[in-house]
Amino acid sequence: MQVSMTVNGTQVSHDVEPRMLLVHYIRETLGLTGTHWGCDTSNCGACVVQVDGQPVKSCTMLAAMCAGHEVRTVESLEVDGQLDPIQQGFHELHALQCGFCTPGMLMTTRALLDENPDPTDHEIRVAISGAICRCTGYKNIVSAVRWAADHEAAAKQEA
Amino acid sequence: MQTPAAFEYERATSVDGVIASLQRLGPEARVIAGGHSLLPMMKLRLANPEHLIDINDLAELAYVSEQHGEIRIGALTRHVDLLKSDILARHYPLFRDAEQVIADPVVRNRGTIGGSLCQADAAEDLSAVCTAAKAQVVIRGPEGERVIGMDGFHVGPYMTAVGQGELLTEIRLALRPGAGSAHEKVERRAGDWAIAAASVAVWMQGGTIAEAGIALSAVGLTTIHLSRAEELLRGQAPSEELFAKARDIAAEDCSPTADGRGPVDYKRHLAGVLTQRALRTASARAMKQEA
Repeated sequence: MQVSMTVNGTQVSHDVEPRMLLVHYIRETLGLTGTHWGCDTSNCGACVVQVDGQPVKSCTMLAAMCAGHEVRTVESLEVDGQLDPIQQGFHELHALQCGFCTPGMLMTTRALLDENPDPTDHEIRVAISGAICRCTGYKNIVSAVRWAADHEAAAKQEA
Repeated sequence: MQTPAAFEYERATSVDGVIASLQRLGPEARVIAGGHSLLPMMKLRLANPEHLIDINDLAELAYVSEQHGEIRIGALTRHVDLLKSDILARHYPLFRDAEQVIADPVVRNRGTIGGSLCQADAAEDLSAVCTAAKAQVVIRGPEGERVIGMDGFHVGPYMTAVGQGELLTEIRLALRPGAGSAHEKVERRAGDWAIAAASVAVWMQGGTIAEAGIALSAVGLTTIHLSRAEELLRGQAPSEELFAKARDIAAEDCSPTADGRGPVDYKRHLAGVLTQRALRTASARAMKQEA
């Protein structure tokens, strides 16, 4: 079936099998391999992308279900060589070790800050409770999100 | 790689269209909403529908509203919206209790109340919540609507009263004075299924419990409705002694099986304690409402 959607601001359209999962469509059809395919059971959160601004697990959505919707992947965060504050925060605070969970963590916490620009540590931990880091670097991930929140608030004040 | 077996996909544009499609396509057609129960089952070949009817565009099925002396919840209302609903927090706080511990926030962005109830998994929280709250559910079919209580809704493990060519469209909760409710759950780790969970609703009148609803998750083949404990509570003033009796009934009347989440005696104990705690909170909330 023909499926059309917006991915990272670009209109895409492909003939896909109805059973194709969104994560495979993104990685294999579109070649956007930043989104990671992890547990395949909606537990680990490595595959999180945003659909219409909301974080979702792309291993548990069909590409067909996203027809007509806006999908945002980790590739959209950096613009013209400028990292998103959340990426910068992960860099500054060493919030990744092996990096496998990072794309999902970034898209999950980007959505958190878009909805709640000043989350408490507890709110950050709740937000990422569906994302597993097997290097167990949660402390630095929480600090990185805090860093991004602070820097975004400061940037807004300057503007 | 887990991928579902092949199927035909169509997107519904109206409730009548869903019902017409379900009738036309027969028993091998399934409705998909959030898909967070159905797609995992399809990956494992536990479900092999030949047709999927996607109802995610039916915005008319996503709402929580107060009308005709009751709360009405559209079947496509997502967990995140149940969690954020002020109407539910005010009148049936057990929804918020439960929604804070159902899966994780990202899954809650997709999963729906209708999907949860229709999955009819005994370990699922909202089935116990709706049973305790004495919810009515609206099922629409080719002949029109019928309204049934939760007792008649779950007819067995993973089986509901929703028949061929029918769709669950709405959940209704009565608005009655003196209501208080709570949901208590223990899980192995954040976002996991319950080891056991207890849902309680009480309706107080003049210092006594006029009506009570109690249900348990994950300690039987289906959601356990504790009618014997409800009977005990009716007409009684809330007290620790009374809650302890209800605790003992809960432990007796559930039928857990031993698995990776724990042995039978532990689960019985847990079901009792969670019932007692939920009763305590629900009664306190009800008395605050009454005062």
